[in-house]
Formats: sequence, C-alpha cells, structure tokens
Amino acid sequence: MKDLADAALNAAQLKGAAYADVRISHHVQQNLTVKNGALASVSDDANEGFGVRVIVDGAWGFAGSSRLEPAEVEVVVERAVRIAKASGRVRAGRVELGAPVTSKGRYRTPLERDPFGVPLSEKVDLLLHADAAMGATRGVTIREGSMEFIRETKVFASTEGAFTEQELFESGAGIEATATSPEDVQNRSYPNSFGRHQGAGGYEYIAALELDRHAGRIGEEAVALLTAPQCPSGVKTLILDASQTALQIHESCGHPTELDRVFGMEAAYAGTSFMTPEKLNQLRYGSPVVTITADALTPTGLGTFGWDDEGVPAQRTFLVDKGLFVGYLTSRETASVLGQQSNGTMRADGWNRIPLIRMTNVNLQPGASSLEQMVSETNDGIYMETNRSWSIDDKRLNFQFGTQLAYEIRDGKRGRLLKNATYAGITPEFWNSCDAVGGPSEWKVWGLANCGKGQPPQVAHVAHGAAPARFQRVRVGILK
Amino acid sequence: MKSLQTARLTDAEAIKQFTDDLLERSPADQTEVMVTEWDSALTRFANNGIHQNVAERNISVRVRVVKDGRTGVASQNQMNPDAAVNVLDRALAIAALQPAGDVVPMPGPAPAPEVEAWSEATAGASPEQRADFVQAVCAQAGRAGLKAFGAYSTTAAQLAIANSLGVSHHHRSTQAAVNSVVMGEAGSGYADRSAIDVADLDREELAAEVIDKAARNQHAQPIEPGVYEVVLEEYAVAEMLEFLSFMGFSALAAQEERSFMRLGERITGEPVAIWDDGLDRSGLPAPFDFEGVPKQRVDLIKNGVATGLVYDQLTATRAGRPSTGHGLPAPNAEGPFAVNLFMAPGSVAKAQLASGIKRGIWITRFWYVRIVQPKASVITGMTREGTFLIEDGKLTRPVKDLRFTESILKALEGTQALSQTTKLQASEYFGASRVPAVHLKAFTFTS
Repeated sequence: MKDLADAALNAAQLKGAAYADVRISHHVQQNLTVKNGALASVSDDANEGFGVRVIVDGAWGFAGSSRLEPAEVEVVVERAVRIAKASGRVRAGRVELGAPVTSKGRYRTPLERDPFGVPLSEKVDLLLHADAAMGATRGVTIREGSMEFIRETKVFASTEGAFTEQELFESGAGIEATATSPEDVQNRSYPNSFGRHQGAGGYEYIAALELDRHAGRIGEEAVALLTAPQCPSGVKTLILDASQTALQIHESCGHPTELDRVFGMEAAYAGTSFMTPEKLNQLRYGSPVVTITADALTPTGLGTFGWDDEGVPAQRTFLVDKGLFVGYLTSRETASVLGQQSNGTMRADGWNRIPLIRMTNVNLQPGASSLEQMVSETNDGIYMETNRSWSIDDKRLNFQFGTQLAYEIRDGKRGRLLKNATYAGITPEFWNSCDAVGGPSEWKVWGLANCGKGQPPQVAHVAHGAAPARFQRVRVGILK
Repeated sequence: MKSLQTARLTDAEAIKQFTDDLLERSPADQTEVMVTEWDSALTRFANNGIHQNVAERNISVRVRVVKDGRTGVASQNQMNPDAAVNVLDRALAIAALQPAGDVVPMPGPAPAPEVEAWSEATAGASPEQRADFVQAVCAQAGRAGLKAFGAYSTTAAQLAIANSLGVSHHHRSTQAAVNSVVMGEAGSGYADRSAIDVADLDREELAAEVIDKAARNQHAQPIEPGVYEVVLEEYAVAEMLEFLSFMGFSALAAQEERSFMRLGERITGEPVAIWDDGLDRSGLPAPFDFEGVPKQRVDLIKNGVATGLVYDQLTATRAGRPSTGHGLPAPNAEGPFAVNLFMAPGSVAKAQLASGIKRGIWITRFWYVRIVQPKASVITGMTREGTFLIEDGKLTRPVKDLRFTESILKALEGTQALSQTTKLQASEYFGASRVPAVHLKAFTFTS
C-alpha cells in the first residue's frame, strides 16, 4: 500500500501538482435479508481501488481506478493532472488549503466481536426468530429483517507528509412488519426506519438491539394502524421520539451547516443553506435547550473515525450553543475562506469519489426532561415515532416529515393510536419552539446510512445523538 | 465493433472469455455471472468556475450460484483469473452456509435485439471538451450578471451477463448529461439535458433556457397555498413517473398488495398513457435486464386504465407467466423495476399549455419528493427554480417555492392537456423517462 501511495505522490509532483493526496481502500460488505420466514438473500461484496486528488495551478483534478497496479498509477495520475489543468481553464479562484496537515498513525474501530467471524447461521437465526415474532399477529402480511456488516481498510497519504491507516467496522440490523388492506398500507420498523439501525462496532452492536424482544410489538402496531384514525390536522404540541429527533437534526441542522453548501458548491444538486456566514454568532437558531455538536469521537457513531479523508484528526466542535448558531462543518478549502482550520468532516464514499463535507456525529446534547415528563406536561399534543417520510427544501428551511406511528396526548396522558401522522415547519421557528429535551438515560446514537450528496452521487454513513424532544405550536396532520 | 480505446473499456471478447471460464469452472447446479464496467468523468461548476472535476474507471463482477437448492451471491471489482476464483468461491461458500429454500429460477437463452446506445464522441469526450462546454455556460451567465452552477458528465459503460443455461448477452452504452442552476441576487433557474451522443447536448440552447428562467425568476413573492390549476414542465412530470414506478408498477408491489394499480380499472384521466420500453432508442435503451431476460414493452396505463405490470423471474414464476425483462441484480428483495418509462404526448404546444388557465401555477421542477401514502400515491415535495403565477393564460410573475402534498393519480385524473413534444429525463439513479409537459386541473399546495 505504501509503495503504491508513494508512487502516486511522486508521479503527481513530477507532473506538476503543487499538492496531491492518494487514498487506497479495500471495502468488504455482507448483507443478508430474511423475508416472510425464509432467508431471502445473502451477498458478499468486495471493492478496492485508489483515487488521486491533485492541485495544479490552483485547480482541482481527481481520477481513480480499481486496478491496483503500478502501470495504472501512472495512467491515473496523468489523468488527474490533465483534468486539473482543464479545471484551470474555468477557474473562479485559486484553491487554498491553509496550514499543512501532517497526520500520521493508525486507527481501528473499537469492537468486541468481529462481525465477519460470526457464523452466518447465527445471524440468520436471530432474524428468523424476530420474523416469527412479527408473524404472531394475524394481519401482518409482509415481514422483513436485514443485517449489514462493513469492514473498510484505507490508507491516506499526501505530499504534505500525512500518512494514516484506518480499519473501520460497521454493524447494523433492523426488522419491519407491514400490514395491508385493499385501501391502505401501514408499516412499523425497529429500531429505526431506512432498513436498519447501524453503528460503528462489532456484532455486539447487533446483540444489544434485542430484535426478537421488540418484534411482536411492531407486528401488533402495524396491524392496529390499519384501523387507527387519521392524525388530526391542527396546531399542537409535538413530542418526537429520539429517532425522529435525530432525523430532524440531520435535515435541518446537519445539512445547512455544511460550509460547501453555504458557498454554493452543492447548489446545482443538494442545494444551498439559509445559514449564511453573516448569521454566524448572530442567528438564534433554537431555544436555550438546543445545543448541537459535531463529534467524530462519539462511541458507536457512524461518523466516528481517526482522521477524515484529508488527514485532519477527528474532533468535537459546536454548531449550536444554547440556541446560538456558532459553527460550521468544514473542509480545509472552505475553512480557509473563513480564516479557520478544518474541523475534519471531509469523507468520500470510497476510493472512486472525492471527499465532501459530510456530517460526522451531529448530536443534540441531552437535556433535563424525559419522555414521561414531557407527556405529563402536555394538554393537547401528538407524540410521533419512527420516520416514514421526509422532505425539506433546498435551503433547509421548509420541511415536512411523517412518522409510522403517533399517539394523541390529552391532559397529560397518552391517548388514541393515530396513523399517517405528519408535521411541518420552518427550521429556526421549529427549533426555537423546542422547550424540552430528554436526559442522558434516553439519549442514544442513531446511525443513518443513507445520506446522499454530491455529483456523482455519494452516500455517507453518519450518526446523530438524540433524545426525545418537545416542540410547541407545530402544524400537524398535513394530508391531501 | 468500434474501437473502445478512448473510454478504456475491456474488449467484449475478453469479457466473454472471462465469463465462459468462470461458468466452466463453477461446480454449482446453476451459475450466473454479470460484468459491469464503466469509465466516467464529471466536471462540476459553481460560481461560474469549475470546482470539482473527477474521473473513474471501475468494474463489477457479480456471481450468483445455486447449489442443492441454496443460493449465494458475491461480487468484486476486479476481473482477472484470481478474482474469478475468489468471487466464485465466496458465492459457493455463502450458498453452502444457507438452509435450502426457494430458489429464484435463472432464465434460459433467448435472443435480445441489438439496440444501438453507443457514441464514439461521448466515449472519447475529453476534460478539455467538458471545460469548454462549462466555460460557455458560465460566460453567458456572467454576461447576464448571473452565476452558473452545475455538472457535466460523460460515461461509457458495458454490461455482460451469462449463465450456465446458455444466456450470453453483451451491451455497451454511453450517456452524456448536463444540469445547471443559474442564480441571480434574488432567484434562480434550472435546465438539464441527457443524450446518448454528447454532440446532442447543445450548450447554447441549455444556457439560453436556464439563463432565461433565472432572469424571469427574480424577486418571487409568496402566494397563498391551496388547490391550483398547474402546468408541470417535463422535469416535474418525469419525477412523478419515477415515483409511480417505485410505488406501484412492479409485480412484487401488486403481489404484496402495496400497489395502487387496479388492473382493468381507470386510475387516471383518459389522455394518460404510460409504458416501459427498454428498446426505444429515444430513451436510454438496454436490450436485456440484470437477469439476462430480453426486455419487453409493457403498457402500464392506457387511456387512463391500468393495463400491466413489470415482472422479473421471481414475480413471473409466482404469477405463472414469463418475465418482462425488468429484473434487478441479484440478490434483489426490491422486485422488478420499470426504468425505461414513456408518457404519451398530446397535441398542444408546450408554450400554449397555460393559455386556458385563468389563475394557476407554472412549475419547472420538484425537489426532495418523498412518499407519504403509497397506496394512495400521495407524495410531498417542494417546487424549485422557476415557479410562476399564471393569470389569464399568461405567466405574470414568479412566486416563492411551495410545498405540495398530492396524490399523483388524483392529479393525473385531472389531465387537461399534454404537450406535443417530449423530453428525455435521465433518472438520478438509473434509467430514464421521456415525457411531455402537462396541464392538470387541480394540484394541492400545503405551505
């Protein structure tokens, strides 16, 4: 690996690159799916290659190849340099990276049990047990369970002298029960939606989910939802479970604090941001109970690593402090525009993509309340749990979310089960209406392995620490 | 066969030799090998300059084996003799660890028609050519006092699929695509184009459309949400079609009672006809699916009536009929997928679609569309980059973007007119749609 990295960096410098870095990665992934009482699929995917990023005359170029061969290194570097020179024909400005980054070292995801060493039969048995428990309720028409395991080894080296080696593990699992009628489809999933709940760690992460213990409940809930009344329309107090709070953080705080979006670098695809630089240290983003950090050191977080893909060490930084907007997620290039140092959020979706600013673990700090307390203090509200749909505008202001399950709250007590629950709002108004966040005992790190960004498209695995949270005067029940 | 040198793709004969050797080596009862290779480049621009510029050469070898009623799938992105042994061994190891169960049957051999989807010009596109295209768009935007953003990509790819029952198909294709957002101080516009041949992407036409849209979409004022008569440009129509495909055109969705399709019943307005045709070169054609089954045209909605579904090997077997050639790569729990969609045009010039509307909204495109209720085909999303008020048949002023929450089928029930021209829209993921612009009687905006 080191020889290939050195060869790429030397070739880049000889061809005129003022800066070059190379990432060499080997990624293996196992996926299994159980459906309706039978193993539906198992796959084992391996992917390796290298990518070279260069700056020539102040402009970027990048090329990558799956062929880990010396001759291919020359071809790929030549291509990257030629591309950078072409970029220089239409340059808006010169790329500045700020102070050199010279990180060195090794990092490995802490884990107790290597998921690739666990017998397939053990994994399948766990999913089949959960499947059977979901099926115990009459009316569950589709039962699905899945697991995903990833091991990625990657080497990063740069002409500034950085050289890091990382071995990153992820483990994830989830189950879902669906109930159908001629008019309706309702589903419930555990622990989260989007297929599964995932974290940085080993098989111990799967065992701790206790899928079979929760399977019966979600089967019952899916069937009950078919005949539940619609979520009423109105302006009410809204209490979100921790997983939906996590997605709310993701969409309405994580994305708009990405500094590349702010500078228009994603304008033609993912959009821009309402959190523009003149609002830094000025915008009252949320209420005083809202403090949000980006923390690449959070245990089990999918955004936890040793160094980002520019070699910047993992770190913790504040985005919102007691409601005040105080920081961005940055790269070397974007941070230098604001006279700052990168806070280490550049990650690429494999060797064949350039790193982009991605959320690490963007966490809402725990508060002093609890779900029980929030409900008991609410006269007229809705409790919503587990995401079903999510949509937000290109500046990250106007959002509408739906959840799988909801309950009416009346006079401090949980009431009727409700279906097709939705809520909508405008980001700063919504977070300024937040008056309670659950405490440390209800705070949990939620993995999201489906965050899309960039052209060509990239998918990042990120996480959010969150607890249940309460919001006042929220529009709910937005239905056609 | 024309030269593949420019795009650095492996020669088709070498791929055939590789797949033949792997099939010969396999001890499984049935074996399938799929090779996908691509050489692609993308030039991205923002604030009137190139800020990201990338290229990639990659390959995927995916092997499915069936042995003693057990299935295993493995893949890797290397194609050499060692890789063949490795990926086959891993697929066999997975199969051996599984309990015996239902097996998705592999198809037998059937001829797939030749569909030309290759352009030497696209395969040979250089970074300098991409930069020159971007330069033209940025320069025109700059002269108009605006800023251009976007991406311009060229891809050459090939797909080969073979199995131990005698299937052996190969297809190569190119695609060129460009999208652009142009921004002023108080608003923006959008345009995109896709083609097999890069020469079909007209930089002047694209720049004119997006700059005109941006110039007209400045200082938008809010409008009350509610139910409006609308004109949807092709960008928005194609997105609706993709969501219909995702929610309901698949036989699996129907078999699992998740689909809105009620075959034989009218589900949209009568002018609506939607079909899937992987062989039509006016789309982005592919002659066979990822199971090696030749693609068939499937009429999905005809005269507003639900008429057909797309099938893969699994759903076809369950239904006791042949696959229509819409399978995805194994292992696939998602079911078949219609990815070459067409919607029939009408007889009205696009510019005239608003002419009969007293008060309505003209929508350029949608953004962040998500499913709210699948069986009712209800989706939500935002309008983006070009939303205008229509008054007495004319576009009078830009309005601030709105959130909609609407049933696609109910909206199409009110189809008043379709444009006489259609536009090719490449999907964000894979496949494409060719659609007209449409005039709908009622569309619900919720905020």
